[in-house]
Amino acid sequence: MTWIWANLDLIWDRTLDHVVLSVPAIVLSFIIALPIGWLAHRYRASRGVILTVVGLLYAIPSLPLFIILPIIVGTSTRSPLNLVIALTLYGVALMVRVVADGLASVDLDVRQSASAVGFSTWTEFWQVELPLSGPVLLAGLRVVAVSTVSLATVGAVIGVQSLGSLFTDGFQRGIQAEIIAGIVATVVLALVFDALLVYAGRLLMPWTRSRAATTVTDNAAGSVSTAATPASENRSREIAR
Amino acid sequence: MNFFAEALQWLVDPANYVGLNAIPLRLAQHLGFTVVTLVIASAIAIPLGFLIGHTGRGRSVAVASAGAFRAIPTLGLLTLVALSIGIGLNAPYIALTVLAVPPILAGAYTGFEAIDRRTIDAARAVGMSEVQIVRQVEVPLGLPLLIGGLRSAALQVVATATLAAYVADFGLGRYLFAGLKTRDYAEMLGGSILVILMALALEGLFALTQRFVVPRGVLAGRPTDIRTRSSRPRPVMESAIEEGQKNVHSK
Amino acid sequence: MIEFHSVTKRFPDGTVAVDDFSLVLPSHKTTVFVGTSGSGKTTLLRMINRMVDPTSGSIDIDGADIGTLDPVKLRRSIGYVMQNSGLLPHRKVVDNVATVPMLRGMSRKKARDEALQLLDTVGLDRSLAERYPSQLSGGQQQRVGVARGLAVNPNILLMDEPFGAVDPIVRAELQQELLRLQHELGKTVVFVTHDIDEAFLLGDQVVILRTGGKVAQVGSPGEILANPADDFVSTFVGAERGKRSLHLENHGAGDVLVDGDGRLAGVLVPGSKAGPLAGSGASAQGGDPR
Repeated sequence: MTWIWANLDLIWDRTLDHVVLSVPAIVLSFIIALPIGWLAHRYRASRGVILTVVGLLYAIPSLPLFIILPIIVGTSTRSPLNLVIALTLYGVALMVRVVADGLASVDLDVRQSASAVGFSTWTEFWQVELPLSGPVLLAGLRVVAVSTVSLATVGAVIGVQSLGSLFTDGFQRGIQAEIIAGIVATVVLALVFDALLVYAGRLLMPWTRSRAATTVTDNAAGSVSTAATPASENRSREIAR
Repeated sequence: MNFFAEALQWLVDPANYVGLNAIPLRLAQHLGFTVVTLVIASAIAIPLGFLIGHTGRGRSVAVASAGAFRAIPTLGLLTLVALSIGIGLNAPYIALTVLAVPPILAGAYTGFEAIDRRTIDAARAVGMSEVQIVRQVEVPLGLPLLIGGLRSAALQVVATATLAAYVADFGLGRYLFAGLKTRDYAEMLGGSILVILMALALEGLFALTQRFVVPRGVLAGRPTDIRTRSSRPRPVMESAIEEGQKNVHSK
Repeated sequence: MIEFHSVTKRFPDGTVAVDDFSLVLPSHKTTVFVGTSGSGKTTLLRMINRMVDPTSGSIDIDGADIGTLDPVKLRRSIGYVMQNSGLLPHRKVVDNVATVPMLRGMSRKKARDEALQLLDTVGLDRSLAERYPSQLSGGQQQRVGVARGLAVNPNILLMDEPFGAVDPIVRAELQQELLRLQHELGKTVVFVTHDIDEAFLLGDQVVILRTGGKVAQVGSPGEILANPADDFVSTFVGAERGKRSLHLENHGAGDVLVDGDGRLAGVLVPGSKAGPLAGSGASAQGGDPR
C-alpha cells in the first residue's frame, strides 16, 4: 500500500498512456468494422470470406502480432503506433462479426416495410438498420472496449508504456503492490469505458430504455422502432402460443 | 521482407532442432501445457456450467464474473501469481486455468440456455428424469456452444502461454523473449510464426469439431440459414417497368 | 377415470390459475377444457401428469392419488401431445416415437419396430421415419407428436392445444384423424383448446372455463348449446351472434337450415347418420356457403 501512495503520479501517468493507446483503437475499430460488417451482412459471397478472415485474425496471439506487425507496416517495435494498429486489428476482428450479426438481427418485416415505403439502400442503412441494430452493436463495442484495455497491457513486454508497465516493473523489482495496482487500475479503466459506452447508448438510443418511455419522435429511427415493436411482439406471441 | 527470409532460415536451421531449446521440444511444451490447462479448466467449468444451465441458478453471478474476468489483464495475473508463488511452471498453470474457466463455463451454460424451452418441457412431460434431460437433450443440443467456449478458451491459453515465457523458461514464447532481448529478429519472428501457426491450427481443429457436433437434425432445417439467404435481393424501390424487366430476367 | 377434488393452483406471483376445481373425467371419453388464455386450462391439464402440482386439493387416477406417485413414472404412463409437437430436434422421427418406450427399458430394436407401426396408425408414411423433425411439415410433426403420445399404449392421452399452430385445412384433417383414432383406441383423452368449434367437435364432455380457473359450464356439447348456463357461455359458444341458432326455411325444393344472420348453414337429413353430437358439432361444421 505504501508503494501505491508513494507512486500515485506514476500510476496516473501510465493510466494516461493507456488511454492514449486504447481509445483510438476502440474508436477506429468501430469505424472500420462498420463497412466491412455491412459487406459481410449484405452479400453471401463476401460473408464467408470476411468472417473467416476476421476469425483467423482474432485467433492470432497478441505478442507474436506485436512483433510481426512492425516488420510489415514499417514502424518500430516500441512505437505506440504499432500497438494501436494491432489493437485496432483485434477490435475490427471482433466488431465485424458483431456488425454482421447486428444487421441480421433487424426484423425482416421492418426492413421490407422500410424498402416498401421508399427508403434507398443508403438511407435505410443509416436510418433503419443501423439504429435498430444499435443494441447489438453496443454490446459488441463494450466487449471490444474491455478487451482492448486488457490487451493493451501486453505491450509492456515489448517496451510500449501502459498500465502493463506496472506489471513488468513490479515483477522485475519484486513489488507485489505495483502489480496489484496495475490490475486494479486496468479493471477500473475498463469499467469506466464500459459505463461511458452504456451511457452513450442511452443517449443515442432512447427507445431501448423502456417501452413506456417511448415517445413518438420526428426522427425516422424513433418512429420506425415504435412501428417495429408490435411486429416483434407478434412474433414472440406466435412462439409463445 | 528480408526478415521473413531470415525467420524461415531460422525455422529450418538444424541447430534449432537439438538440445533444450529445440523447436519440437518447445512446441510439445506449449501444446502439452495448453491441453493440460484446458482439461483442468474443463473439469471445473463444464459440470458447473451444466448445473447453472440446467437449474438457471447462479446465472447472474456467472455472467457478472465472466465480464469481470474479461477485464482482468492476463499479464497482470501472470506476473502477480508468479511473484506470489515463485517463478516456475506452477504460476502459469494457475493463472491460465483461472483465465480458461470463464469462457468454458459460459459455453456450457449458454449452450443449455439456447435450447428451446418447449423441447425441454416436452422431454420432462413424456417422463424423462432430470438426469436424462441433461444427458439426452441438453448436452447434445448444447454441445456446439460448449465447443465454442472451449475454442475461445484454447485460443486464450495458447496466446497467454506465450506470455508465460516471461515468468518461466518454457514454451514457444521463449524464442520471442530471447529474440527481443538480443535483438535477434530471426528468432523472435520464427517463434512468432510458430505460435501463430499453432493458434490457427487449433482454431481450425475446433471449427471442424464444432461443425461435426451440431446435431444433424438441428442443422437440417435451421431457419436462420434460410433467412441469411433470403435477405432482400432488391432493397431499392425502382420504377415498375424496371421491376418488371428484372422479373422477366429472373425467369 | 380422472377425478379432480377441490383443486386450487396459486402461482408464486399470486395469480390464481385454478380455483377450487372439482370434476370427474370419465374413462374412454374425451374431455375438452376450453377457455381463453388465462383460464387455467393448460394448468389443469399439466396437473394430471404432475408437470404442475396443485396448491391444495388432490387428483386421483383410477382411485389412486397421483400426489403419492413418482412424477417421472407417472408421466411415462401417460401420453402427452403438445403444441409445436415438442419433438427432440436431434433425433429422427422414429427415435422420437421410440423415446418413451426406451426410457421404460424396451430394447431399441423393439421400440423402433413398434414406432414404425405407430407411424402407420397416425397415417404417416414410413419413409418419413428416418427424417429429422425439422424436415417435416407442421401437420406431419403434429402426427409424430401424437404417435409419440401413443407409444407406451397409455390409458390417458393429454393433448395441449395440439393443433393450435397448424393451418385450418391441416387442422381439420388432424381433427378428423383424432376422431378416427379415438373411435379405434378408446383412450381417456384430455384436450385443451381455445377454439370452441374444436371443443364441440372432439369433446364428449366439454368444460368451459373463465379467467382465473373458474368453471363456467360443464356438459356435453348438446347440453351446453341447448341450455347455456349464463351470458358468458352463450357469448363464448356464439349462440348470441345467431351463429348457432338455426331454423328451418322452406326453399321450395326442400328444407334448408339457416342461422340467425340468415346465412345458409346446411340441410336437414334423415336421422340415421346422426351421432351423439347431432345438431351441435355436426351442424356447426355443416356447409357454410362461404
